[in-house]
Amino acid sequence: MKKVLTLTRKELGAYFLSPIAYVALTVFLAVSGIFFWRELAGQEGAEASMRVVFYPIGFILMLICPMITMRLVAEELRSGTIEPLMTAPVTDFQVIFSKFLGAFGFYVCLLLPTLVYAGILKYFASPDIGPIISGYIGLLLFGALLISLGLFISCLTRDQIVAAIVSFVVILILWALGYFGMVAGDVLRPALQYMGMFEHLNNFIKGDMDTTDIVYYVSLTVLFLFLSVRVLETRKWR
Amino acid sequence: MIEVEHLTKRYGEFVAVNDVSFRVGEGEIVGFLGPNGAGKTTTMRILTCFLPATSGTAKVAGFDCFTQGLEVRRRIGYLPENVPLYGEMRTREYLNFRAKLKDVPRSARRNRVEDVIEKCGLRSVENQVIGTLSKGYRQRVGIADCLVHDPKIMILDEPEVGLDPIQIREIRALIKELGKTRTILLSTHILPEVEMVCERFIIVNRGRVVKDADMSSLRQRSTLLVQCTAPPAALKEVLQGVEGVKDVKVSDSEGVSTATVDSRGKDIRKDVVALLAAKGWELREMSSRSQTLEEMFVEATTQEESK
Repeated sequence: MKKVLTLTRKELGAYFLSPIAYVALTVFLAVSGIFFWRELAGQEGAEASMRVVFYPIGFILMLICPMITMRLVAEELRSGTIEPLMTAPVTDFQVIFSKFLGAFGFYVCLLLPTLVYAGILKYFASPDIGPIISGYIGLLLFGALLISLGLFISCLTRDQIVAAIVSFVVILILWALGYFGMVAGDVLRPALQYMGMFEHLNNFIKGDMDTTDIVYYVSLTVLFLFLSVRVLETRKWR
Repeated sequence: MIEVEHLTKRYGEFVAVNDVSFRVGEGEIVGFLGPNGAGKTTTMRILTCFLPATSGTAKVAGFDCFTQGLEVRRRIGYLPENVPLYGEMRTREYLNFRAKLKDVPRSARRNRVEDVIEKCGLRSVENQVIGTLSKGYRQRVGIADCLVHDPKIMILDEPEVGLDPIQIREIRALIKELGKTRTILLSTHILPEVEMVCERFIIVNRGRVVKDADMSSLRQRSTLLVQCTAPPAALKEVLQGVEGVKDVKVSDSEGVSTATVDSRGKDIRKDVVALLAAKGWELREMSSRSQTLEEMFVEATTQEESK
């Protein structure tokens, strides 16, 4: 556990030592700020709920997460630092899990400033707190999935750009599944909507916390973490 | 401390390491030599648990590299080829991070990091970002990392690549110093380096061990150079008659014949002088020369190829 902490701290630190962190933070805060103003704060008679802000935030995060995760393992493979790393007394699981925690920590850092929006809303109106809390829980679970998926893909290649593009495409497919669900026939609709990653976030944003949605995010996150550990192991066998 | 038995590593069809066996005893400094692509790095990666072997066993400090990887990794200091480092970290920060990863207890960590910074001459760059360091300093950071948990066994893959002659001397002195209390397996292409630092050497070629010998065996394989005024054919015949002589090569120029005599370490100078005097030939020069590691290296690696 101590090693996971050491590695996580290094991983999180690496974000703030590279320009990626600041680019991602700036883009994210600028875009989400624009939505907050357009849809909520600057709108006369708007409903006092974070819902209209959570949707675009979720969407931007889908675009930004591949940028956060692309370097995780790909960079180690490219620069060769995987060798000193794996010849230190650490297990594959410790390495993967701390990379996940590091990236997730950065994801939380992205989300934290948006609490200000909730604060502003609370100050000027009286929103229902429940959906705001469940919305944030949803965004955290949603992010855990995005990051474990990106981490898995980063293990597969030594090229960061490839990792980013492939992660983005996979995320897009998972998102589109839910979208197709809306237009699909009665037979396919429930299946597709269950598989779509955004549909579950919708429920959280509406303030509807269901174990189905929690299970969806948690199980997929665990699956991708498990696969990442396996891929890291198989690198040795080639 | 290091025991390798029938180690084989295949990458698909390509056999990188083929049935390699050797041992390194406690406190030995062993040079691990071979041409590029001979399988040195692969062998070292197996020893450091970075790669598993296809077959055979490798043990370090009594622990199996495959089944007890964590125990092995706790006990070795490894300097990988080309020294990959995290460019965004600072020297001290990096060493501190590595010390934590390598289970250096909190109470000892500060001292250990200070110690290796001092030992490896990193004081002037301790707060510099690693990405901006010169090749020589990067190499030193790598060696410092290798030492930070005070391992009893060190595996160094080409520690002197890219260094200037002064730095090579410094690194050599450091390795010699470290070798007093540690077991070191050192791969390098600089053969005089090995002659100066190591007590033993192992030469691999095309994945096989072609030579495993003590440094002293080089002295045993000395040759005698004899230069005198004699007809080449006659000189050859006379020298071949001396007891203990295995091989004689003769060349001549302007009435002076030069013979290179291989007597397998036996001192035959007295006999040769007596014989030449008896024949009435005038001795111009006589010197004994031990084989250099370079000659042995070339011999061992080309023999294999001609087979």
